[in-house]
Amino acid sequence: MPDMNTLLAGIPAELTRLVLALIGLMAFIGLNGLALVWVERKVAGHVQRRPGPYEVGPFGLIQPIVDAVKLVGKQLATPAGADKFLFWLAPLLSFLPIFLLFIPIPFSENLVGLNTNLGVLLILAFAGLNVLALCLAGWGQNNKWGLLGAGRAVAQSVAYEIPLLLAVLAVSFQTGSLSLAEITAKQGAWPWQWNIVVQPLAFFLYFICAVAETNRAPFDLPEAESELTAGFHTEYSGMGFGLFFLAEYANMIVVCSVATVLFLGGWQGPVEPGWWWFLIKMYALLVVIIWFRWTYPRVRFDQLLNLNWKWLLPLSMVNLLATAFAVKLFA
Amino acid sequence: MISQTFKEAVSAVWSMVVGLKVTGRNFLQPQITVHYPRQVVTNLDTYRGHIELVAKDEDPFKAKCILCGQCENNCPSGCITIESVTRETPAPPAPEPAPGEEAKPAPKPKKVKELTQFMLDYNLCSLCGLCVQHCPVDSLRFSTDVYLAGFSRGEFEFELLEMLQKRGKK
Repeated sequence: MPDMNTLLAGIPAELTRLVLALIGLMAFIGLNGLALVWVERKVAGHVQRRPGPYEVGPFGLIQPIVDAVKLVGKQLATPAGADKFLFWLAPLLSFLPIFLLFIPIPFSENLVGLNTNLGVLLILAFAGLNVLALCLAGWGQNNKWGLLGAGRAVAQSVAYEIPLLLAVLAVSFQTGSLSLAEITAKQGAWPWQWNIVVQPLAFFLYFICAVAETNRAPFDLPEAESELTAGFHTEYSGMGFGLFFLAEYANMIVVCSVATVLFLGGWQGPVEPGWWWFLIKMYALLVVIIWFRWTYPRVRFDQLLNLNWKWLLPLSMVNLLATAFAVKLFA
Repeated sequence: MISQTFKEAVSAVWSMVVGLKVTGRNFLQPQITVHYPRQVVTNLDTYRGHIELVAKDEDPFKAKCILCGQCENNCPSGCITIESVTRETPAPPAPEPAPGEEAKPAPKPKKVKELTQFMLDYNLCSLCGLCVQHCPVDSLRFSTDVYLAGFSRGEFEFELLEMLQKRGKK
């Protein structure tokens, strides 16, 4: 057995860290995809006074694995007249940037893939790639439902990205940093020391926009089952659909992680700070998003855009300006 | 005007909270699903399955049916077919005429109709219940077999008298 140090000699430590982080993140995203599908179906079941999955394995825990096996086993069919290259590029393009979004997130003080001082910027920049993927998917599949879904996805994402950015910026103004680690460090262990106390409106706006950005109900217009069969992923079978699905859940985890870092103190917590506090807060937010889905009916498209342009955008502007004034006056 | 708009917005946000409360409460309440086949439903009093014959109070092997044919005639789907035989019971002996009276004519042998077959083609039945409503002696009712299932059409052509007798044996 050669010594670890001689084995890794000549490889920069930063690179080793990144590779390890990527491998860890793959496992984390995959496992969370399975776990969240199970949670989603259980919550849906209990909200509707049903048991949810309960046949396969104890409490139906094996159900998502069986579903995944079914997806993997399915034939990958390309519809006639589709642009083959764009059609198959889209799911990859939807899934791959996910890793970039996870890398700067500090799960605990040291558990972070890449500790950069522009973490927020990195996440916001690459989160936009998902829209491009949805657009290509809808466009490339030669299907009217897909095209309509893609159109909706673009209009929705472009609109909701602005108040989301402004809400995040308010926190950055307040802490004077774009580094997720620094923003976490500036908050305390107890809930009243978190940014949500100072920036409740920003949190509210961020959370609404996050739900809309991840195309979750009640803002799931790009895939609106009842109107567009499945919207942008109508023609995808097997793992083509599986990748979109996994990307949606991974994106949910990202927005909840960012919300945890920006507003809920990240890995800081009472008694013993650590990654467990991060995960508790993140999963609590995820359950709230799932709870939303089984509570609210889907909004109409004009309602969706009206809500954004007439309410969220002006409110986030006012919030940002007020923060800027307060920072100038008191800091 | 502006304050009105903001009031509406606040009440809209509050309505979202109310919605979350409703689903949250339901989430915490016990399930109402019946886990078939491990559990079966029991509230079947008002369930309308296929029709079945009602036995006589004194004889569990014979139906109350008097063979009036109302059910057969009223069935809009024509799914009921009744078969019967007429049996003659031997006439009782004529009573001796009393002295000074004319002899009465001998009584005729009594004819009794008897149900031999009550066919129900459940494939055609629309469960309207007209047969049950029209039966003058309440010889028909809805069964409560909620888990009825079969593999071919033939399995849904029922002989109700046979089913009645099978029930009587139990």
